[in-house]
Amino acid sequence: MKKVLKFSEIDCANCAAKVEKNISKLEGVKSARVVFLTGKIILEVEEACDIPALIKAVEREAKKVEPDCKITEK
Amino acid sequence: MTKKQKKSLIFILISAFLYGICQFIKFDSFGHYGYLIEAGCYFVPYIICGAGLLRKAFLNIFSGRVFDENFLMAVATIGAFSLSLIASHGDHGHAHSSAGEAAIVVILYRVGTFFESIATERSRRSIAELVDILPEYANVLRNGEMVTVDPDEIEIGEIILVKAGEKIPLDGKIVKGSSSLNTSALTGESHPLSVTVGDKVISGSINNEGVLEIEVEAEYCDSTVGKIVELIEEASEKKAKRESFITRFAAIYTPVVVGTAVILALLPPLLGAEGGFIEWIERSLSFLVSACPCALVISVPLAFFGGMGAASKRGILIKGAGYLEALSKMKVCLFDKTGTLTKGSFRVTAIHPEKISEAELLRIAATAECYSGHPISNSLIAAYGKTPDTKAENIMELPGAGLRADIDGNQVLVGNEKLMKLEKIDIHECAECHAHSLWGSTVHIAMNGEYMGHIVISDEIKEGAEKTVADLKAVGIRTVMMSGDNQKTAERVAIELSIDECYSNLLPDGKVKLAEKFLSEKENNEIVGFVGDGINDAPVLMRADIGISMGAMGSDAAIEAADIVIMDDNISKITLARKIAKRTLSIVTQNIVFFILVKAIVLTLSAFGYAPMWLAIFADVGVTIIEILNSTRAMRYKKH
Repeated sequence: MKKVLKFSEIDCANCAAKVEKNISKLEGVKSARVVFLTGKIILEVEEACDIPALIKAVEREAKKVEPDCKITEK
Repeated sequence: MTKKQKKSLIFILISAFLYGICQFIKFDSFGHYGYLIEAGCYFVPYIICGAGLLRKAFLNIFSGRVFDENFLMAVATIGAFSLSLIASHGDHGHAHSSAGEAAIVVILYRVGTFFESIATERSRRSIAELVDILPEYANVLRNGEMVTVDPDEIEIGEIILVKAGEKIPLDGKIVKGSSSLNTSALTGESHPLSVTVGDKVISGSINNEGVLEIEVEAEYCDSTVGKIVELIEEASEKKAKRESFITRFAAIYTPVVVGTAVILALLPPLLGAEGGFIEWIERSLSFLVSACPCALVISVPLAFFGGMGAASKRGILIKGAGYLEALSKMKVCLFDKTGTLTKGSFRVTAIHPEKISEAELLRIAATAECYSGHPISNSLIAAYGKTPDTKAENIMELPGAGLRADIDGNQVLVGNEKLMKLEKIDIHECAECHAHSLWGSTVHIAMNGEYMGHIVISDEIKEGAEKTVADLKAVGIRTVMMSGDNQKTAERVAIELSIDECYSNLLPDGKVKLAEKFLSEKENNEIVGFVGDGINDAPVLMRADIGISMGAMGSDAAIEAADIVIMDDNISKITLARKIAKRTLSIVTQNIVFFILVKAIVLTLSAFGYAPMWLAIFADVGVTIIEILNSTRAMRYKKH
C-alpha cells in the first residue's frame, strides 16, 4: 500500500537523506523515499499497517535528525 | 520569504551591526580584564545568531547524532571562546581574534544557511509551478444542481461542468457543448484543440470558451493530470547512475573524512607537532565543517528535477532521473514506423478490383474490418463512408497478417501478401500500383479462395521526421526502423527519411526479438532506445533501455509502458528531449567536478592549517548555494 506524507522544516538535503535511511528501517515499511524538493515522504507500507502509529514513528525518526521537523498527512 | 527566513535575516542584521561596533572598541584600554569585556561583547552577536545552532547541536547529542554541522560549529565556536579566555593571559593578539572569530563564524554560517534556504525555497517554487496543472476544484451536477467539490470526491459516470477559463479536472467524454481546449500545460503545444460532443477530453487542459458538460471516465487518481503530477513529483523512482554514485560516494566519503579529522586532531600533537592539541583540534574542526557533502546531495537531484521539469513544460514526461541520463547516452534509436515516423492516418488511395466493382470490393473489406480498430481498418471504413449493413461473422484475426470472416455466407480473407500466401491464393504484381509507385499498405481481398482485388492505403511521413532522423544521425546515433509492413513500403519510407537500417514484415514478437538482438549486441555503456506509439508495441517499449512513446494524450497504455512520454505527436521532441538531457547531465557533471575541486583544496588547506573557519564555511554552505543556483539552470532550458 502506498502512503504519502508531507514534511516541513527539514533544512538540508543531506538531512532528508538521513531521514530516508532511518524510516526505511521502521516496522511495516517496505520502502521509503524522502523527496526533499517536493517535501514528500513516499512510503510503501504493509497492508496491515497502523497508519497513525506509523506517522508518529516517522515523526520520531525525523526529529532525531531535525528537531523542528513536522510531518503531516497529505 | 517565509517567517523563519525573515527572522533569520533580522538576527543576521542585528548581529552584524553589533559585530561591527565591537570592531571599533579598543579593548586593550580597559586594562588587565579587557579580554573578558571583549569576550563578553562578542558573545552578544554570537548568541543572537548562534542560539538556534547551539540548541540543535544540544538536541542532537541526545538523539545520538554527533557529527552534524550544528555540532561541529558549536564545538568549534565554543572552543574559540574558551580559547580567548584561557590563552589571553599570555597572548593578547591571539585572544583578540579568537572571540571575534567565533562570532563572525556563526554570523557567516547563518548568512550561508539563509541564502541556502532561499535558494531551496525558490527552486521548490519553480518546481511547484512546473506541475501547476492540478485542478483545485470541480463543478459537479448532483440532483440537478451544480455543486463545487474536491476533484477527489467525484465518481466515474458523474457529469461535471467546466466553464470558460477553467481547468478540466478529470478525464471524460463531452456530453454537451463544444469548445476549443488549451492543452499547453500538458503538451507544450500552443495550438488550441477543438472538441465537441462525443470527444474525449483530458484533465489538465483548459476550456477556452463556453460551458462543457463532461461525463467522468476516470477517478481523480487515475486521471491524466493526477498521473502526470505524481510522475513528476515522485520521479526519483529510477535513480540516475550519477545519483547512486553519490550515495556510494557519501558512504565512503563520510567515514574517511571523520577518520582523517580524528587522526588530524590527535596524531600530530601526540608526535609533538607545533601548536599542541588546541591548534590541531581547531584544524580538524574546520576540516570537518568544510567536508559536508550537502552541496552534492541537493544539487544533483535538483538538476535532474529541473531537467525533467523543463521537459514536462514542453510536453515531454520523463519518468525518472535515470532515463534522463540514459537518453543522453543513447547510441541506437529504434523507431516504429506507423504512427511514429508516419502519421498513421491512412487513406484509401487506390481500389483495384478484379471480377467485382470497386464499391463492392470496398464494402467487403469494410465489413470484414468493421471491428478490428486497426488504423488500416478505420481508413477502410472511412472510405466506405457508413457502417456496413451486413455483419461479418466468425471473425478470426491473424496478427500481422489480416483476418478471416464470413460475409453473406462467403468466406472472405482480408489482409496482406503474407495472408494470401498462407492461404495459397494467387496474387500478381499490380502494374498500375507499380507505375504509380504508390507507397503504402496493400490490402488484398479474396473470397471463397479466389482473388478479388486489392485496396491501397497510403500513409504520410510525419512533419519533422526527416529532420529528427538527420539530427540524431548527426550526433552519431544509429537509426533503425522496424515495421510490420511489407518490405517495399518500409524501405520506401526508410529511403525517404534516409534512415540507417530498415527491418520489415515484423510481427509484434518479432519486434521484441529484434530489439533484444540490438540489446545483446551493444556495448556495456551504450543505450538502446525505442520510439513507438504505445498501441501495439508496449512490449518493446518495456524491453528497450529507454522506451519513448508518442501521442500519449489520453492513452494510458503509452503512459504506463514507456519511460519517456511525448504527449503529442511531434516527433522532433525526441531531439529536444535529448538536448535537455545532455544539458542536465553537463550541469550535474559541473557540480560534481566543482564540489570535488573545492573540497579537495579546502580540505588540504585546513589540514595544513591554512584554512580559517570562514573558508571552511564557504566550502560547506557557499558551495551548496552556488551548486543550487547552477542546478536551477537545468529548469530554464531555452532553444538556442
